[in-house]
Formats: sequence, structure tokens, C-alpha cells
Amino acid sequence: MTITLTINGIEKKIGIAPGATLLEVLRHEGYVGVKSGCGSGDCGACAVLLNGRAVNSCLTLAVRADGASITTVEGLADGRNLHPMQKAFLDTGAVQCGYCTPGMLMSALDLLSRIPNPSDEEIREAISGNLCRCTGYVKQVEAIRAGAKAMRSERHD
Amino acid sequence: MTERRAFDVIGKNEMKVDGVGLVAGRPKFVDDLKLPGTLAVKILGSPHAHARIVSIDTSRAEALPGVVAVLTHKNTPGTRHTTAGQGYPEPSPYDARMFDTKVRFVGDRVAAVAAETEAIGEEALKQIRVEYEELPAVLSMDEARADGAPIIHDEKDATGIYDASRNIVADVDIDVGDVSKGFEESDVVVETECETQYAQHTPIETHLVLAYLDSDERIVLRTSTQVPFHVRRIVAYTLGIPVHRIRVIKPRVGGGFGTKQEVLLEDIPALVTLRTGRPALLHLTRAEEFTSARTRHPMRVRVKLGAMNDGSLHAIEMEGTSNTGAYGAHGLTVLANTGSKTLPLYNKAPNAHFFGQAVYTNLAVPGAYRGYGATQGYFPLETAMDELAERLGMDPIELRRKNHIRLGETSPIFEKLGEGREGVSQIVKSCELAKCIDLGAERIGWAEKRGKRIRNGSWVHGVGMSIMMQGSGIPEIDMAAATIKMNEDGSFNLLVGATDIGTGSDTILAQMAAEVLGVPLVKIVVTSSDTDMTPFDVGAYASSTTYVSGNAVVKAAKNVRGQIAAVAAELLGCEVGQVELRNEQAVGPSGSVTLERVCRRAMYEAGQFQIAATESFVPHESPPPFLANFAEVAVDETTGQIKVLHYVAAVDCGVAIHPKQAEGQVEGSIVNGLGYALHEEMIISSRGRVRNPSLFDYKIPGALDIPKIDVILVDSYEPTGPMGAKSVGEIGINGPIPTLANAIYDAVGIRLHETPFTAERVLSAMKAH
Repeated sequence: MTITLTINGIEKKIGIAPGATLLEVLRHEGYVGVKSGCGSGDCGACAVLLNGRAVNSCLTLAVRADGASITTVEGLADGRNLHPMQKAFLDTGAVQCGYCTPGMLMSALDLLSRIPNPSDEEIREAISGNLCRCTGYVKQVEAIRAGAKAMRSERHD
Repeated sequence: MTERRAFDVIGKNEMKVDGVGLVAGRPKFVDDLKLPGTLAVKILGSPHAHARIVSIDTSRAEALPGVVAVLTHKNTPGTRHTTAGQGYPEPSPYDARMFDTKVRFVGDRVAAVAAETEAIGEEALKQIRVEYEELPAVLSMDEARADGAPIIHDEKDATGIYDASRNIVADVDIDVGDVSKGFEESDVVVETECETQYAQHTPIETHLVLAYLDSDERIVLRTSTQVPFHVRRIVAYTLGIPVHRIRVIKPRVGGGFGTKQEVLLEDIPALVTLRTGRPALLHLTRAEEFTSARTRHPMRVRVKLGAMNDGSLHAIEMEGTSNTGAYGAHGLTVLANTGSKTLPLYNKAPNAHFFGQAVYTNLAVPGAYRGYGATQGYFPLETAMDELAERLGMDPIELRRKNHIRLGETSPIFEKLGEGREGVSQIVKSCELAKCIDLGAERIGWAEKRGKRIRNGSWVHGVGMSIMMQGSGIPEIDMAAATIKMNEDGSFNLLVGATDIGTGSDTILAQMAAEVLGVPLVKIVVTSSDTDMTPFDVGAYASSTTYVSGNAVVKAAKNVRGQIAAVAAELLGCEVGQVELRNEQAVGPSGSVTLERVCRRAMYEAGQFQIAATESFVPHESPPPFLANFAEVAVDETTGQIKVLHYVAAVDCGVAIHPKQAEGQVEGSIVNGLGYALHEEMIISSRGRVRNPSLFDYKIPGALDIPKIDVILVDSYEPTGPMGAKSVGEIGINGPIPTLANAIYDAVGIRLHETPFTAERVLSAMKAH
């Protein structure tokens, strides 16, 4: 069967197997920044934005996303310019192995689209479905706080 | 001793060299490379804890359309080897085969299928008919050594097992002075025994390997490993092919923590590719990771301390029993580390004894796990120190201050006990532990909170502390090499076998090279871990990379600096010794030239040669980093629930090459340790099956679970280290268990001797109290 997805702003018609997950389809289409850590929705490494909301793509049937707009980590940078949240993750030392980073970024951006100036508690809540074994989350919370600030000031510019 | 000096690149929070690609989601990991025609490889795991394979019929699987190869013990090499990715000869028994005629734990390899798709592969596994003769299983450490216990490794061709007939993998026994006499002479003696659980590393990226043939028909293994050179050697040996036919590429790795210091999978896709000529990918599911990858060694460790009334330790005894599961990988060395990385901390005791055994069971297979035995040792040691302080009526901090090792001191344990054999004597040349204790105590509010049992409804507050050390690499065993070559724009390629698994080692090694060569970090292009391209390095384990690989990088950079100076001296008309490198210039007494100019001259103009060097480093000692941990907890007296409110870790890792990354190592290891202390546990059924093989049922800490964490980097300078640095990767994980145990005691007066400290366990201990 064929579905239509707008991935990072580009509309694509994609032939899929009926049972395929959004994760499988995205990775097959070359969006390998979307990671797989468990296949059961427990780790959040596969999170993408579906119509602006973070979802675990391993739990989302691709057919359910037909017609939707998808943002993956590959779609965050503006050409060679990193998104302020990507930059904040680097500046604060929030990236160690980097495997959970794409999913974390998605959860952070979902949060900031709803709450532009979140508290640390709201940040923790927002990334509570994204497991990281390297960082202990300290610098990731700091990164999202810094990224939020950069995005707010960008908006005011 | 090397003089301490101001640095330009060291100690700065430089941009992680691989960071942009990681945050941009660029294809950096094993599975991000898609090769046409790649076969999916699936493994059939044993349903039994202990059984002999009577027969295997693979005909139906082979007949399935899309199945390309089926591997069993009948058509694969039977070489006994170890999967432990250690230096050669490995101090682990050769007790594993690619596929054996016997299975020894639930999940043990029975067969593998290579198929056109994963779905076909899974279907094929179901079509393999295996007849098992079930054998009685050993499901605990106590059963392992009992009279008449089933013998797990009864094969004739295994080597390196201490006593296979009694399921004993390894036996360690070392003595200093006379502990029996020591305890008799002591005014106070305390004894405690602690037991730790089965726990897993759970990197978010599970184990995976992509094998393919290059255009010259060599096998390329693109694998998520901590030990690329050991992978090459062990796969070559296991499959009986020459080392030169194999290339191992380590791309970015999605976390390791020790579990990828194992040659767990590589032999299977390698053989599939050799036989079929096609690329083959083996990627463990999360459930397979839980059942068949590695775990931490569950241990029972008893500590007995004897002290004089003034608090000076007089005798220490530690006895460890370690469960190495179905295979002996890392069995000896983890057990030895339980003593060697803990007992030197209290070097004042003239009498010490460490002994113990590692035993086989028919359970999941432990391996290397961050902390590597020290974690299990510090639980009873630091619990016993707390008990001793109470018996002596001393503040626990004072007791530790009185007894811990200091600058300029040694411990006989360093020499007696090493990597599963005798160790290497050393004198501590950097130690700011006393300062770590002071700063940590102040930050947690020790004086105001200790012993106060502040109440807040049913919650009672307490504070606890512990101190510890680790090492920096394995002295006289580990070797790391680094190659640096100069390019005509004044940049350098840094080629290292050192294996960045997310730790940031590429960045700190590049910082060291940049510092010596007088260039900004951007001028160092790092390539790490490709056995064709980079020189040898043992890999990422034993807290070795900063110290061992770092020293190799500094040596190579100094060599290259000398070559640059020689060329520059000619250009500048001065002596070689007068040339300094800074700000991308070679600076002489009366002028300077750019590094670009120097390289162009060497490449194209006169006395032409490639400015380049390869240097190796073998450490003669293993400088310990030090850590003081403090925690404030609240315990709910009605439910037994524990809340960690504040965790303070003050660490002396020498000069922090990259302070944020060093903090990140400590933060990450503490949170991993908190999970291990409080809730992580592999639940194993009475038939040996892991009952919670998912990240839903095996709970690791999430962002909502973490307390306020303060990491304090306490500056010291290790004169034998690269730029004054020591290790920082492992030490933090040892802290949470004893620190929380002691804080819980301060709050509610119960001593916990078994991890994890679940609410049920705390509540029942309070009821029994």
C-alpha cells in the first residue's frame, strides 16, 4: 500500500507493508537519525514529531501517519546551521554516545511548542519517556533550559 | 616530576569533536550503513538452563524460501575460546565454543539463521527441531560448589578453569601480615556481609554487527564494540582465519559500560559472510540483550575490620564469592578487582587478607561492567567502616580521614594483587581525597544533618557518605598507540585505536594533541578505531583511555613537535631547541613561520619527508582517582520507600582535560549506580529464565527519578598522567550503594545488606528491627 508523508517539509509517496511501523519506514527511507532502542515504546530513542507532537515511531503504524507531517532529527538544522536546541545540547555537554539524543531533541521541541519557558520539573516530565544511560540527565535538563532560552530570544529578534 | 603549567586547550570545554554529527542525526552508528543484499541473522537461544543437544534437524529451516544459511555446532568451528575482550593471553578460561553440543543457560546459542529478511529468519528459527536431554541445573552460587553438583563445564577441551569438577572458575587468595593475629590484637572488630544482584548495562543501542566483504574479499566487521583489536584477534582465532583477512571498524557506539568489552556476536555474521559472500547484520533485540548479553557479576562479599580504640585500622579481611554464570569471561579479574581496587584505600592496616572464588552457574553470563568488581567490594567495605565508626563512637568521616591512603604513600596490595595475578607496586603521586571529603561534607550539610533524623510526616531524613578509589588502566599489561601525521594546511590527523564509545575520548585525546602542537582543536582530525587504519590500543576498559591512550597521544605529539621544530629551525636559522609551537606557528628567537609553511617545506621543498610519528605507551602504574560521596535521603517509615534528595560527588581525577565531559562521566555513573542501588534487578525464574527482559519491566532511572546531583571536580595533578590527568570513567558507579545504605541507617537505624534497596526490603528490615 502507499502512504503520503511530509517528512522534514518534503512530501513523499511511500510504498509500505501494511504492518510496518513508522520507525521502519523512516529508517528505510534513509532517516537513520531515528534510532531504535527497544521496539516497545520504553526508551524513546525513536521519537519523532508527528504533526508537531512527539511520538514513539516504533509504536506508530506507518499507515496511521498517512497524510501527516513528520519531523525527524535530520530536519532540525537549517542547512548547515544547527537548531538552537541542537547547539544547546552540544554547548552544555549533554551528548555522550548520542544514541538517545535525536529522541530527546524531539521531546524537548514538543515541550517547548506547548510551554516556551518550562520549569526543570516540566523538562524532566517531558523527557521522562526518553531513556539515557550515559549522562544521568543532569546536562540534558540544562541543555533544554538553555535551548528554550535561545529559542525565546530568537523569536524576539 | 613534570611541572604543572598553564594550558591553552586542556581544561577547556571544547566542542565535542563528533558532536555536530551526533546532534544532527548523521549516519554514524553500525546500523546507519545500509548495504544492498544484507542478510538478517537471527540466533536460536536455548530454552533450558542446562541441557545436552541430542540432535538438531535444520532441514525444514533450510528449505524455507529466503533462508540462506543455518549454522549449528555441526557445521561451524569448534575452537574453545573466551568471549572476554581482554589482552592476550586473556585471563579468562577458554570455555566457550561458537556453538556447542551443550547449552548452559537460558538463551545460550543453539543455532543461527541467515535469511533474506528478519521475518523469514524468525520463521526459520521456529522450524529448527532440537532434541534436548535436560540436565539438572545449578541456579545459585551455593549450589555450584555443593557435593554432587552438576558439572557445568564437563567438556575435555576447556582450558584455564581453576577446578571444573567443582564449578570453580577462579580462586584468589592473597595475604599481607597476619590477619588472625591482627584481629586478636584489635580493640574492636566488626564484620558484615553484603550481596548484590543480577543487573544489566542496558546501553540504549543493543549489541549489533554488520559483516561484509570488501572488494578484495576481506571480511569487514562494522561493530558496536569497546575492543576492536581484541575482536579482530578473537574472531580470527575462533574462525581459524588469519588476522590480516579481517578489518574491524568501530563507528560511533551507542553506549557500552563494559558489556561491549565482549566478543559477543562478531563470529556469527563473519562466518555467514565468509560462506555466502553477502553482507550480514546481527542486531540483538532488547529481549535478547537481556537474556544473552552480559550482566554485572552478582556477588556475596564479607568484610571484617579490626581497629584500635583510636580508630586506626589494624586488620582487614575481605572474602568474595562471585557468580560468573554459564561462562567464565572476566570471572577471575572481576573477583580480583573486588580486592585490588578497594583494599589499598585503607593502606594503614598492617594486616590484610583477600580471598574468594568465582563459580559457574547455569544463569545469565556476567562480564565487564563499569566498576568491575570494585562496586561489589565497596558495598560491604564502606558499610563496615560505618559500623566501625559507630562502635568506636567516631564520626564516620573522622574514621575515614584517619585511615585513607595519602599522597606519597603506598599499599602492599598494589603489588600483591593485580589483573588476576600479582600486581605492580606504586606510590600515590596525586591525591586530594581529604579535600574531596571536606568539600562534599560541606555541600551536603553533614554537620547540620548527620544523626539528626529530621522528620517530615512519615518521612525521616538521613545523610551518609563513602569514599573510594579506582585505577587508571592495567599497569604493565595494557598498551595503547597513537599516530599523528601532519597535513599541508598545518592540521594533523590523529589516528587512535582508543575506542570512543560515547565517553568523549576522541575529544580529550585531540585536546592533548592540540595542546602539545600549539594548534586549536579544530586542526586535529580524529579517526578512532579501525584496525586497518589506526594503531593498536587495547580498547575502552579498565578506566584506561585518558591515562594510557592519552600518554601515547602526548608522546606522539611530542615526537611530531620535534620534527616540526627541526624543519622550522632550518627556515628560521636557529637551533631546534629554540623553537616553540604556539598559535599555529613555529616560533624561534627572531621570527616565526606558520605550521603550514613548515609542512609544505617538508612535503615539497627540501629534505622531503612526511612529518608523522607513531608512539606507544605501556603504563608502569595505575594512578587511582579518588571520590567522596555524600547523600541525603528520606525514608518513609510507613512504606519503606526511599527518596534520594541530594547526591554530592567530589572527585579527584587529576587535571580534568574537558571538565564538562568529566562531570558527565561522574553524573552518568552515579545515576547508573542509583538504579543499581534502588531498583534495577534481573528477576530470574526457578528454571533460570530472565523474567523481565524489557525496559518496561527492568526499570532504569529516567529523568524524573534523579535527585539533585552535585559533582565537584577537585583539582590535582598526576605527574605520570598526560597533562596531569587520571581516569574518571568508572569510579562514580561504586558510590551510590554504600552511600545510600549508610544514609538509610542514619535515617531509620537499619542496615541493608542486599541490593536493590526496594521499599519492600526496607520495610521488612524496619519491621524486623
